[in-house]
Amino acid sequence: MSRVEEFTDVVVVGAGHAGCEAALACARLGLRTVMFTVSVDSIALMPCNPNIGGSSKGHLVREIDALGGEMGKNIDKTFIQSKMLNRSKGPAVHSLRAQADKADYSRSMRSVLEHTERLSIRQMEVTELIVENRILTGVKTYSGAVYHCKAAILCTGTYLKARCIYGDVSSYTGPNGLQAANYLTDSLKNNHIDLYRFKTGTPARIAGKSIDFSKMEEQKGDERVVPFSFTTDPESVQKEQVSCYLTYTNERTHQIIRENLDRSPLYSGMIEGIGPRYCPSIEDKVVRFADKERHQVFVEPEGIHTDEMYIGGMSSSLPEDVQIAMYRSVPGLEHAEIVRNAYAIEYDCIDARQLKLSLEFKNIEGLFSAGQFNGSSGYEEAAAQGLIAGINAARKIQGKEPLILDRSQAYIGVLIDDLVTKENHEPYRMMTSRAEYRLLLRQDNADLRLTKIGYEIGLIDNDRYKKLLEKEKVIREEIERAEKTHIGAGEEVQEFMRRHGSTEIRSSATLAELIRRPEFTYEMLAELDPERPAISAEAAEQVNILIKYDGYLQRQIKQVEQFKRLEERRIPQDFDYDKVPSLRTEARQKLKQYRPVSIGQASRLAGVTPADISVLMVFLAL
Amino acid sequence: MRNDTIAAISTAMGNSGIGIVRISGPNAVSIADAVFCAKNPEKKLTNQKSHTVHYGFIKDGDEIIDEVLVTLMRAPRSFTAEDTVEINCHGGVYTMRRVLDTVLRHGARPADPGEFTKRAFLNGRIDLSQAEAVADVIQAKNQYALQSSVSQLRGSVREKISRMRERILYQIAWIESALDDPEHVSLEHYPQTLKDETEQLLSEIRHLIAAADNGRMLKEGIQTVILGKPNVGKSSLLNLLVGEERAIVTEIAGTTRDVLEESINLNGITLNLSDTAGIRSAENVVEQIGVDRAREKAKNADLILYVVDSSLPLDENDREIAQIFSGKKGIVLLNKSDLTQVTTEETVRALTQDKYPVLSISAREQTGLEQLEKTIQELFYHGELQFNDEIYITNARQKASLLDAENSLKKVLESIELHMPEDFYSIDLMDAYQSLGMIVGEAVGEDLINEIFSRFCMGK
Repeated sequence: MSRVEEFTDVVVVGAGHAGCEAALACARLGLRTVMFTVSVDSIALMPCNPNIGGSSKGHLVREIDALGGEMGKNIDKTFIQSKMLNRSKGPAVHSLRAQADKADYSRSMRSVLEHTERLSIRQMEVTELIVENRILTGVKTYSGAVYHCKAAILCTGTYLKARCIYGDVSSYTGPNGLQAANYLTDSLKNNHIDLYRFKTGTPARIAGKSIDFSKMEEQKGDERVVPFSFTTDPESVQKEQVSCYLTYTNERTHQIIRENLDRSPLYSGMIEGIGPRYCPSIEDKVVRFADKERHQVFVEPEGIHTDEMYIGGMSSSLPEDVQIAMYRSVPGLEHAEIVRNAYAIEYDCIDARQLKLSLEFKNIEGLFSAGQFNGSSGYEEAAAQGLIAGINAARKIQGKEPLILDRSQAYIGVLIDDLVTKENHEPYRMMTSRAEYRLLLRQDNADLRLTKIGYEIGLIDNDRYKKLLEKEKVIREEIERAEKTHIGAGEEVQEFMRRHGSTEIRSSATLAELIRRPEFTYEMLAELDPERPAISAEAAEQVNILIKYDGYLQRQIKQVEQFKRLEERRIPQDFDYDKVPSLRTEARQKLKQYRPVSIGQASRLAGVTPADISVLMVFLAL
Repeated sequence: MRNDTIAAISTAMGNSGIGIVRISGPNAVSIADAVFCAKNPEKKLTNQKSHTVHYGFIKDGDEIIDEVLVTLMRAPRSFTAEDTVEINCHGGVYTMRRVLDTVLRHGARPADPGEFTKRAFLNGRIDLSQAEAVADVIQAKNQYALQSSVSQLRGSVREKISRMRERILYQIAWIESALDDPEHVSLEHYPQTLKDETEQLLSEIRHLIAAADNGRMLKEGIQTVILGKPNVGKSSLLNLLVGEERAIVTEIAGTTRDVLEESINLNGITLNLSDTAGIRSAENVVEQIGVDRAREKAKNADLILYVVDSSLPLDENDREIAQIFSGKKGIVLLNKSDLTQVTTEETVRALTQDKYPVLSISAREQTGLEQLEKTIQELFYHGELQFNDEIYITNARQKASLLDAENSLKKVLESIELHMPEDFYSIDLMDAYQSLGMIVGEAVGEDLINEIFSRFCMGK
């Protein structure tokens, strides 16, 4: 019987948020790319929360955009509410979050993919990797077709041997009842890839018409919306927004949960996968924060053309009857009608320490992976990895050095370094605290940090690059001007100071000095600064931050310099750790197993202590 | 690491009774056999047990270079955890050099400074802070310095610093968790909490810094300047201090540090009476160049000894000198107590506003010296420091890290004062955490390692 045999450059397995970015990057960088999905209708599906961004995840989206990825543009086209979170805190933790119209988001991304040259979409399950002499040469599909390729990127998300569970009900499907991918796991095992089993979960969806919103706090979007993409015209996103709602669980809710804990598949042992500590189910929260009287519940629309509401903060795998009772105990949800039950989902993923920082497998050349398959959680984390895996697969084929962002350059760098270096026992979620140098890695300066890199890689066009250079110049010049502009101690000025609760100027002060006063911003001082040139709000924001927080920024830059020196101390990949006598056994074993590329990376391996690192450094210096 | 055999002269390059050539590495024993001839020529070191001593000669061909005792220590029971042979030579510097040359010609490589210690470190015999303490011991100038180095070996500094680091880390973790999980971790009233904790930490660090200053004086000696008008007896005092076989400090046994400063040892306390220029010119400072230069000298001094001739009245010069040393630690010495007293203790006390101890001495009669020693001890150490259980940071690198940590914590307080958002605090908290980590080797830093191993001299 004759089988289909195709030749292409790159195969992408999966069309979720990782797969989409990976496929787009490869095709845009000039490679023939085939993207496989079990269902074309579920491209860029958001099977859990209906939003993009949020604390630290918003940073990822902006970085993806700055490098030439698609996620930011797509959410700008399809958002129905947008908010800049943490505005009361420092600029490092400001984070953009937008509610998406899920169906629109999916449709819009699909359209981008469909209109991308060199990119083909194929609805088919990939069942097998073809690996010869530790080099990936192709994949086989369920139908028996063979796709020869130079690189493959695995973005299987939560679909590998997926199982959905609530109470004692379980079904072997992917999210939302979609078909699971049941064959690839065996092929991975045959290729000596170590697998984990992780789990995650999602709350119920409830019919909006059954909810009494008057008992909840309305949460509106920002009056002035900031777009995710640096290419989106801010004016184009000022539109009517929908509201979300905040309500709370109460003692009765917790009582219902506690009384039925024994029926939870998590506690009965029916679920073996390990769940995310930072995205806990409501039963987890009730157990872990036993003294907490209430937990927040966010009620968020799933889209404009549906009445379904997402019940954020109450994911669960309790039995159906308990779910109904539990949700109905919450103010405003007394008469809630569940459309879709909450459920937990288990899936196969890998121990990402088998990957290089480029996201290529250490032991199989040409095989890359990204997203939840690598043990992460979240759309944004997936997309970020997909973009990098796509870029690096393309660069590998084109004979170029991989793109590796380090921890001081981007949240993406932190994400990937953590995934491939650290021991990861649960789905990895991006968090602000994971980024050591977060004052430098702000969401507002992602373009200034990364767009040049995106341009060099080939995902940013000339026009956008020129605009970036222009923005840089404007910022630089305006900072210089502010440092040089003196404001005299005239009566008007002193009156201004008093009016704003500031101390009077002695004889004169520079504009920059005034900006550094806690009570002022660059913008507020416009009144005293008649010579001020007209610059964009984005540039003005940079001027303000760079002047105002200069001392902190300089100190953080020093920290980065220290960090870089250890990153630059490379360890030869064939280095024989057995030759170093005083390494502790555990450290030696970990170092041999994971082969860090630098002293810096070695220092982040679990089981390697500062003492081991000192020994290694002294030894390598000899 | 080059897994070869190294050798060096491990004792001071001075004319002493015994000098040691140390050989360490896989071929240490066979190389020693090639140059060593036991009294019984049949006896080979290769066949001898570990930790044994052998009598014989070092020969270069047929020529006997020296009569020696050879100590054999097999791996891993030696300082470097490698096979080690130590040749105890008896013939002075020239002979020792020849012994070393012979050893080198038979296959050993000259050791780099600190290489023995580096090997001990790499072979897991000692950790980084112990390596640093070894360097301290080598450089220790007196018994107190030695004690404080030894106490670092035992890790008392480490414990104290580690506890402070944990407290800082707790604060960082608190801020971070509040950023990540604002629903469950609140920062309400947190700035005040952090302020209290930071102030506490600061006071502990400052205490350590103050102790470090005392520690430096212990280790490096007290910078001492003798002031007084011409002919009041400064020279006699010097001669008295130096002459009485309290002697110029040489080295602690087994170390090789050259004496850079002329210092005297008063019952274990080192007084540096001068720097490189020598004691005699110090004596002349005030006389020749006058008050200005004396003022300059006094500025950097830890201790001022102000000598007054009690047989003469005080004058304008004395008032100037009294001004110079106000605010410093000082002792007034009423010299010539054997003559008729014109200036009394009371007049001097009035002049110095009763801020300094006043002692009567007679340099000529050599009286009052014991009282002076006791007073210096009291002035610097009594009641402030106890050598045996107090914790000292005595080396310059560690003190610099303490100052860095202090500076970072001050910045944290500043940020709180300015009502900066909480996430700003963690930048400086992290710096403080790192700086303290550098002291105990819990922070990984290239500087740290380079610094520590660069302090070694040949043969260690």
